[in-house]
Amino acid sequence: MYDKNKIIPGLLVFFGLVTFPIWYGFGGGGKLPVPEKPTIAKQCVMPTAEMRKSHMVLLNQWRDDIIRMGGTRRGVTADGTEYVRSLQKGCMKCHASKKKFCDECHTYAAVNPYCWDCHLQPKEAN
Amino acid sequence: MDNNRRKFLKIAGLTAIAGIAAPTAFNALLKGEVHASTGEEGAAAAKHGGAAATAATGKRYGFVIDTKKFAEDRTLSQRCIDVCHSIHNVPDFGSTNKKDEIKWLWVENYEHAFPDESKQRVSEEVEKLPIMTLCNHCNNPPCVRACPTQATFKNAEGATMMDFHRCIGCRFCMAACPYGARSFNWRDPRPFIKKENPEFPTRMRGVVEKCLMCYERLAEGKLPACVEVAQPAGAMFFGDLNDPSSEISQVLKEKFTIQRKPSLGTQPSIFYII
Repeated sequence: MYDKNKIIPGLLVFFGLVTFPIWYGFGGGGKLPVPEKPTIAKQCVMPTAEMRKSHMVLLNQWRDDIIRMGGTRRGVTADGTEYVRSLQKGCMKCHASKKKFCDECHTYAAVNPYCWDCHLQPKEAN
Repeated sequence: MDNNRRKFLKIAGLTAIAGIAAPTAFNALLKGEVHASTGEEGAAAAKHGGAAATAATGKRYGFVIDTKKFAEDRTLSQRCIDVCHSIHNVPDFGSTNKKDEIKWLWVENYEHAFPDESKQRVSEEVEKLPIMTLCNHCNNPPCVRACPTQATFKNAEGATMMDFHRCIGCRFCMAACPYGARSFNWRDPRPFIKKENPEFPTRMRGVVEKCLMCYERLAEGKLPACVEVAQPAGAMFFGDLNDPSSEISQVLKEKFTIQRKPSLGTQPSIFYII
């Protein structure tokens, strides 16, 4: 092989660079998000695992049920606490800080939901 | 050769006869269903303002607006507008900027509100009446037909509702609405909202908005905000038009009222006492 001395180290450097994202931070997912839990309630409207996975689906279901099907605005959690099926009037009453709750995971997962383009987030001290 | 031409003509002739006769025979067989097509007549009548009478089912909320009461108290209309716009986070771009204006509830003069009415020799009093105008929550709303995403629709209470999430900003509804009740957010409305109401969302750029009959207040058993302000003066009434015993039905029985542009057949749910 001609230029063996150049090609083999060159290939090694090339593969090293290409696979950099894999071996950098190998074995760790970075700092995990820790969304702040509300203090005024013990239980959310659905089990934590379900909320984590499909809260966005639930919000869409609430919306369609209430404004299109004439559904109820009141919901009851498993332990009997009443809540309002609404983002601004419901969720954010317990999860009072968008920054410490919503953004914590959304930033980690690099998703940009457009809820807050229209909905108003609770006022909080910056 | 001759034989072939003869055959061809025979077949062509038979095919022509069968083609003409078959649909006629078919129609004769389906005679029992002929009446079903008369539904089109009703639709045609509705198009020309002759309301195709359908049995009233469910609720149909409507308003009666007494324009004379608004003329007596000239500040009342502005108070209604202020309340509506403040609780619904409607931006204010200033009175000089009509291009960006967003309005849910506004004042029109008689001539513009009722172009169908005769304008020859109108009394001065009527000419200067402040006509409160808002979405007519039509029973036959052209905007709902025009909306390609069903962002606007009729709800079970008779309100012409909007789901802002679904609005793609095509503005077909604005072209379809004969009352100019819809406004488009040409720019981000957030900086122009004087005081945000945390209980209600705002809108974003590229979304159409209009009066939603205070659906969020109706759900709590309250009256629409404008009616709540105007009711002590007896200037506005709100209730179920389909309920013959409701207050609004009693008012409509006693008073002569007019609707905006009735000839279009949209069947507005807002009635005006002139």
